[in-house]
Amino acid sequence: MKAAIITFPGTNRERDIRVALKRVTGRDPVMLFHRDALPAGLDLVVLPGGFSYGDYLRCGAMAAQSPIMRDVRDFAARGGHVLGVCNGFQILIEAGLLPGGLLRNATLRFLSMDCRMRVERAGTAFTSRWQKGATFRAPMAHGDGNYFADDATLDRLEGEGLVAFRYVDDRGEATAAANRNGSVRNIAGILSPNLRVCGLMPHPEDLVDDLMGGTDGLPMFESLAEAFATA
Amino acid sequence: MTAPTPLDPARAAQLAAEFGLKPEEYDRVLAILGRTPSLTELGVFSVMWSEHCSYKSSRVWLRELPTKAPWVIQGPGENAGVIAIGDGLAAVFKMESHNHPSWIEPYNGAATGVGGILRDVFTMGARPIANLNALRFGSPDAPRMKQIIDGVVRGIGGYGNCVGVPTVGGEVNFHPAYNGNPLVNAMTVGIAKADRIFTAAATGVGNPVVYVGSKTGRDGIHGATMSSAEFSADSEEKRPTVQIGDPFAEKLLIEACLELMATDAIVAIQDMGAAGLTSSGVEMAGKGGMGVELVLDNVPQREEGMTAYEMMLSESQERMLMVLKPGREAQAEAIFTKWELDFAVIGHLTDTGRIVIRHKGQIEADIPLAPLESEAPLYRRPTEDTPPQPELDAGSIPDPIGIEAALMRLVSCPDLCSRRWIWDQYDGLVNGQTVKRPGAADAAIVRIEDHDRALAMTTDCTPRYVVADPVAGGAQAVAEAWRNITATGALPLAITDNMNFGNPEKPRIMGQFAGAVRGMAAACTALDFPVISGNVSLYNETEGRPILPTPAIGGVGVLEDARQAIGLGMPAGADLVLVGTTAGWLGQSLWLREVGGREEGAPPPVDLAAERRNGDFVRAQILAGTVRACHDCADGGLLVTIAEMAMETGIGATLSPTPDAVPPHAFWFGEDQGRYVVAVADAAAFIATATAAGVPATRLGHSGGGDLVLAPGRSISVAALRAANEATLPALMEGRSA
Repeated sequence: MKAAIITFPGTNRERDIRVALKRVTGRDPVMLFHRDALPAGLDLVVLPGGFSYGDYLRCGAMAAQSPIMRDVRDFAARGGHVLGVCNGFQILIEAGLLPGGLLRNATLRFLSMDCRMRVERAGTAFTSRWQKGATFRAPMAHGDGNYFADDATLDRLEGEGLVAFRYVDDRGEATAAANRNGSVRNIAGILSPNLRVCGLMPHPEDLVDDLMGGTDGLPMFESLAEAFATA
Repeated sequence: MTAPTPLDPARAAQLAAEFGLKPEEYDRVLAILGRTPSLTELGVFSVMWSEHCSYKSSRVWLRELPTKAPWVIQGPGENAGVIAIGDGLAAVFKMESHNHPSWIEPYNGAATGVGGILRDVFTMGARPIANLNALRFGSPDAPRMKQIIDGVVRGIGGYGNCVGVPTVGGEVNFHPAYNGNPLVNAMTVGIAKADRIFTAAATGVGNPVVYVGSKTGRDGIHGATMSSAEFSADSEEKRPTVQIGDPFAEKLLIEACLELMATDAIVAIQDMGAAGLTSSGVEMAGKGGMGVELVLDNVPQREEGMTAYEMMLSESQERMLMVLKPGREAQAEAIFTKWELDFAVIGHLTDTGRIVIRHKGQIEADIPLAPLESEAPLYRRPTEDTPPQPELDAGSIPDPIGIEAALMRLVSCPDLCSRRWIWDQYDGLVNGQTVKRPGAADAAIVRIEDHDRALAMTTDCTPRYVVADPVAGGAQAVAEAWRNITATGALPLAITDNMNFGNPEKPRIMGQFAGAVRGMAAACTALDFPVISGNVSLYNETEGRPILPTPAIGGVGVLEDARQAIGLGMPAGADLVLVGTTAGWLGQSLWLREVGGREEGAPPPVDLAAERRNGDFVRAQILAGTVRACHDCADGGLLVTIAEMAMETGIGATLSPTPDAVPPHAFWFGEDQGRYVVAVADAAAFIATATAAGVPATRLGHSGGGDLVLAPGRSISVAALRAANEATLPALMEGRSA
C-alpha cells in the first residue's frame, strides 16, 4: 500500500496515523505538507485529526480551501481512497467530498473518552476485516463531532448503505446515552457513494497496540493493508 | 541619537511605587543609572525586580535544595531542567504557576499557563510529549468557584488539545483556603537528544537577535508585577493584564522552532514569557556576558502607535527571541515563513554589557546588564516557625459512623472523588504513546516514540500536611511523588517544584516557605531525587487570607521498557499485600476532616529511610514481574487505596481481620506514609522475600467478586462505591448524576 498523510498548519494526529499504518504495512507512509502536491501512484490519502488553522473559522473550513485539496478532490474523483479522521472528517465535509455537517457537541464540551462503534457497512476497503454489526472501542477527542444532515440526505445515506459506523452502547444498541456528541441517528462515520471516501470522528489509530490499551482499531488498518496488498 | 529622556524625578518616584518597587529598591535604580530613569527603563527595572522574575524573597532558601545527580544535565536557572534518561535521550521538564491570571480570567489564565510552560520546554530543544497540572480550588460552593473550575478546565483542555500534546495526569484539591485564590500549576515534559539541548546564553558580537512567533500587542503589560501582589476587591480591574492564548500559533511555533533546531543555525533561544521582550533580551545577553541593542521599530506589532514602554513590557503570547549565527537569517526566515509566523531581525549582540533600546530614532533605554542582575534585591525575610501540632492518639478518637459509611463518604468527597469529569475534557492520547491514562496507574506513563523506553510522571502535594507542619509536609510532597512513580515500576529521577505560598513579608508565611524547603531538601537527598527546575508564586492571598502553603512537586521517572509498567487496577484472584507499617495515624487525615469534622493534629511523619527501603523493594519486585498491580497509600488511607484499586476494574476483595493493636477506623483510614498495596500471585512467597529484605509486609486479603468484604456479613459493593465516586463532580458542576 502506498499511503500519504497530509498535514495542515494545526494538524496534530499525523504521527498517530503514521504509527497505525506502519504497524500494518511495515513501512512509513509519505508525509505531505499542505503546500506539497499529491504524488502520483497513491493508493490512500489520509487527512488526520487536529485543529487545522486553529478551528478558528469553522472546523476544517480553511483547510478545505487549501490548494492540495484540489489534488485530493481529483484523486477521489479518479476513484482514489481517502480516509478522514476527526478534523480530517470535518475537512472532507467542508471540501464537499462527504455530505452533512459537524456541529458543536451537544454537551457543549470537548469530549475525550472511549466510545463504542458498530460497523454498519462491512466489505469496504476500510471495514473488510469486520463483520457487519461488529462493535469496537475507539477513543474520541473532539469539540465538534455532532454529525448533522437533513432528512433527505440521511435517508439516502441509510438507503445506499453509506453509514459506516454508529455510536452504540456495550450491548451494541444505538442508544441516546451512547451518543455522547449528539450525532443525528448516532452516526459516527460515513462513506461516499463509491465507498472509497470514508470519514469518522473517533480515532481507531489510537487503539492499535495492546501496550496502549488495546487493538480494537487495528482492523481498519488491516482492512486497508489487505485492500492494497499487491501495491 | 539621543540619550534616554529621564522622567520628572517626583513623577518617577511615584510611578516606581505604582510599579511595585519599594523606596529602597528605587534608590538602587537611581544609583545604577546615575540619573532618573526613563519610563521604559523604570518599566524594565520594575518587572525584572518583581518577585515573579527576581525570586527576591525565595532565592536564599531555594539554594538549600539539592540540584545535582549524575543524570542531571541542566539544573535550575534555564527555561527548564534536563535529565539524561538513557538511549542518548533527555527529558526536559518544568512546572509553572498561573494562579493570579486564572483567578482574574479562568479560561485564558489557565490556557496561557499551559502555553507558557510548553514554550519553556520546547525552547530547550525538546518536543513536548506530555502535560500535567496541579490544581487547587476553593470550596465548590464558594462564590464564582464553579465558574473558575469550569473555566480553568476548559482553558487547560482548550490549549493542550489544540497544540496536540496529551494531558496525561494531575491532581486536584478543594479547600476553603483557596476560595479567593485558586492555584493553577501546569507542567510540561519533553524529549530531546541529550547532546542537542538549547540554552539562553547568547554569544558572538554582532550576531543577529531575531524575533519569531506572534505579533506584539498591548496585552499583559505588567503581568509579572500583577502576579507579585496580593489581591483585593479591585482585582477585576486587572483583567487587561491577563494575556490571551493562541494555541494554534503555539503549535506552529513548536514545529517551526524544532525544525530550525534540527539545523545548527541557533546560538541561543529564549521564550518571551513573563516580562516579555524585557526579560528575554536581558537574560540572553546577561547570561552570555554580552550586551544587546534592540530596534523596536522592527518588532512585529499587532496594534498601531505602541510605545517602547508598551513593547518592552507586553506579555503577548507565542513569541520567541533567538540569536542566530551570522548569515543564517535567510535559512531561519524560510522555516518561519513556511509555518506562517512572523520573523524579524530586531537587533544584534554587542560587547558593551548594556541593553540599549532604540525606537523612532530615540534611545529609550540604556541600562548596564550586570547590576540589573547582581544588584537585584535579595531578601532574607524574617521567618516564624509554625507551632508544632499535637500528635493525636487514635484510641481517643471515636468512630462515629462505622467503616462502611466512612468509606462511602470518603470516596465521594471532593478531594477523593473521580476526576473523570475533568480528564474527559483533556485529550490524553494524542501522539498515540500514552501507555497509562489518567486513573489507570499512580503515575501517567508515556512511551517515547520509536523507543521501548517510557517516562512516568506525576504531580503531588498534600497542603493540609504542609500547613500543619511545613517541614514534614514538604518532605511528604517529595516522597509522595517518588512513591507514585515507584508504584508503576519506574525509577524516579528528578523533580520540578512549584512553590505556592502567601505573602512572604509575613514571618509565618516565610517560615512556611523555609520549612517546606527544608523538608523537601531532606527528602530529595534521601531519595536521590534532585530538583532540576521550578517556579515560585508568592502573595497568594486575598484580603489578607493566605492559601494553604502548597509546594507542588512534579516528578519524572523512567522505565527502560514501557511493557514493564503496571497499573493500579485490582486483578481477579490475586493476594493483596501491604508493604510498610500501619500505626493508624489520624492527625490531618481526610477521615478526621470528612468524618470527624476536624482539621487537626500533626501530619503523618515521613521516615525517609523506610520510604527508600520500601519503595526500592516494591520497584524491584515489579520489575521482576511478581506484582500484578500496585497502588500507594495516600489520601484516605488503606481502605480507600483498596477501594480505588477495586473501582478501576470492578473487582472486589475479601479482607483479613484488622490487627488488635490499632482501632479499625485508624487502621483503615490512617494516613501513615511509605506504604503500598500490591496484588501478587502468592502472598506468602512475597512476604518471605520482603522479610528477608527487611521490609515490613502483611497479607491484606484476596481479590475477587464484586464486593469489598470486611468480615463475614459486612461487605461494600464495588459498583456502589464507583457510583458514589463518579457522581460527585458531575453533580457539582452540572447538577446531574454521572
